[in-house]
Amino acid sequence: MKYQSQLVAKPYFIAALALFFGQIVFGLIAGMQFLDGTFLFSAAHFNIVRMTHTNLLIVWLLMAFMGAAYYIVPEEAQTELYSPKLALITFWVFLIAAALTVVGYLLVPYAHLAAITGNAIVPTMGRGYLEQPLPTKIGIVLVALSLLFNVTMTLIKGRKTSINLILVGALWGLALLFLPSFYFPEDTVKASYSWWWIVHGWVEGDWELILGALLGFILIKMTGVDREIVEKWLYIIMAMVLISGLVGIGHHYYYIGAPAYWIWLGSIFSAMEPIPFMLLIAFAFKMLFQRRREHPNKAAMLWAMGTPIMAFLGAGLWGFMITLAPAQYYIHGTNFTAAHGHLAFFGAYAMVSMAIISYAMPMLRGREANSVRAQHWEIAGFWIMVLSMIGIALALTGAGLVTAYLQRSGADPLGFMQVQDRARVFFWGREIAGAGFFTGLLVYLRSFFIQGEYQYTAQVKRALAT
Amino acid sequence: MQEVFTKSMARNIFLGSAVFFLIIYLALTYDTWQQIPVRDHADKITASVIRGKYLVDTNDCIGCHTINGEGSYYAPELDNVYKRRGPEFIKLWIPAQPSGVAGRRQMPHFNFTPAQIDDIVAYLQWLSNVDTNHWPPNIEG
Repeated sequence: MKYQSQLVAKPYFIAALALFFGQIVFGLIAGMQFLDGTFLFSAAHFNIVRMTHTNLLIVWLLMAFMGAAYYIVPEEAQTELYSPKLALITFWVFLIAAALTVVGYLLVPYAHLAAITGNAIVPTMGRGYLEQPLPTKIGIVLVALSLLFNVTMTLIKGRKTSINLILVGALWGLALLFLPSFYFPEDTVKASYSWWWIVHGWVEGDWELILGALLGFILIKMTGVDREIVEKWLYIIMAMVLISGLVGIGHHYYYIGAPAYWIWLGSIFSAMEPIPFMLLIAFAFKMLFQRRREHPNKAAMLWAMGTPIMAFLGAGLWGFMITLAPAQYYIHGTNFTAAHGHLAFFGAYAMVSMAIISYAMPMLRGREANSVRAQHWEIAGFWIMVLSMIGIALALTGAGLVTAYLQRSGADPLGFMQVQDRARVFFWGREIAGAGFFTGLLVYLRSFFIQGEYQYTAQVKRALAT
Repeated sequence: MQEVFTKSMARNIFLGSAVFFLIIYLALTYDTWQQIPVRDHADKITASVIRGKYLVDTNDCIGCHTINGEGSYYAPELDNVYKRRGPEFIKLWIPAQPSGVAGRRQMPHFNFTPAQIDDIVAYLQWLSNVDTNHWPPNIEG
């Protein structure tokens, strides 16, 4: 850690992991409700459990991105953060707003929550991922403005590296793309069409740029490769993200009421969306093979190499399987989409968050890398979580295919609930894999409680002895 | 050889493609915006349909159901439920929830007035007539 103000990243990272823990607990409850529809019904309906699960995901990823920005921007700009105090105040505002929102979800019926928070004045509630009441949404905008002001001022007074320009630019994009959440037209088709500006714009556009910037920063630091090479790769990868993804948004427009030309445009362009992820893998491994130093933080390197591979699997491969219009005709709105969602969110954004946390946290705690024992726990957590998430994705894919075969095709299609009963074995598989994931998370979190730093002398002695 | 393709060339490709494809998307969106009201019969969005939609949104129906395939996969598709079940069935079904059948997925009780249920049915009827390029494949949704 080169600048004292980078320390403000620490509470963001800790809160991110705490919220991640909460997200998984609610995921397990939701998965259980697929197996027993009356499980916790009187305490929290499925929709409430689900929105808590997805909203915690978004908040913890934003926490991790913000922490990453407060860590990276000063280091890249070679100057202290413009206002560490503002960053700290913003942290508490964001955390308290998130906590109050979750308490609201769990204690107040949703329609009542809408009534007491002014939803009738500016309707925003009741859309996927954007369930937050109006005050929370305004809070998110204020938090984003504070972040943007802080990092932009830091950038202006410091060195303007490409990593920093990309990261700060993408954070501006993230904030701007959230603004359509205040636009909820009465025409459902227009509402759907514009909802994707936010959701697709974030996860299949802007966030990929953030992912690129974070990964680029980590690789420059850990491999010692010339930043000119890293940054050139990043621009090409980002160009492919936008070439494929901007018109590729059409793969959400096939069957929602938009014109039929989206079937062609969406299929052609979104079929190219795996390309940036392939380039990301090529880039990461090229940097690894060209490395000029051996960084002692092996766990961070594992996260950094694992991220592009898992992002390619979840976003690239699973995304491709459902993106072409004829395939989507049968699997649109099934658990196949949920399989893609889980593997892509985890593989791309959860993993890149854990990559930057893995790299930065030891520095924030005053050491270059954690002890070998702590890293062993972290690496074990990595593998258990990764393999469990693949299990979850395979199980949900199975459930989606059951719907495609029994409900969407054939001369005598079955009804929704009958089909769900037939898919039961896959819901069991998902829940068991989910329990595995939770175990992996506990192992991963355990690694943070193992004290001590990486001992170079002990490692050298061991190497000489063998 | 590295210098044949420089970083600033890469950056220009990125910025150029961003602007180019954004303009294309905005042009297509403008055209789509003209077509949507025809395809979804916007002239039939009555005050009742608007009230029904507001109830569907503020009770987070898509937290369990899907509408045109978007939402959650815990409960049936609502796009064509009007055609699948008919208005009378829906009017009886909603107030009868939750079923309380052991182990079966439960739908909450919402305390809607009969007028509110009429609004929801009006919205679902409007929804069932949107031109969605022949999706879902059949009546089961």
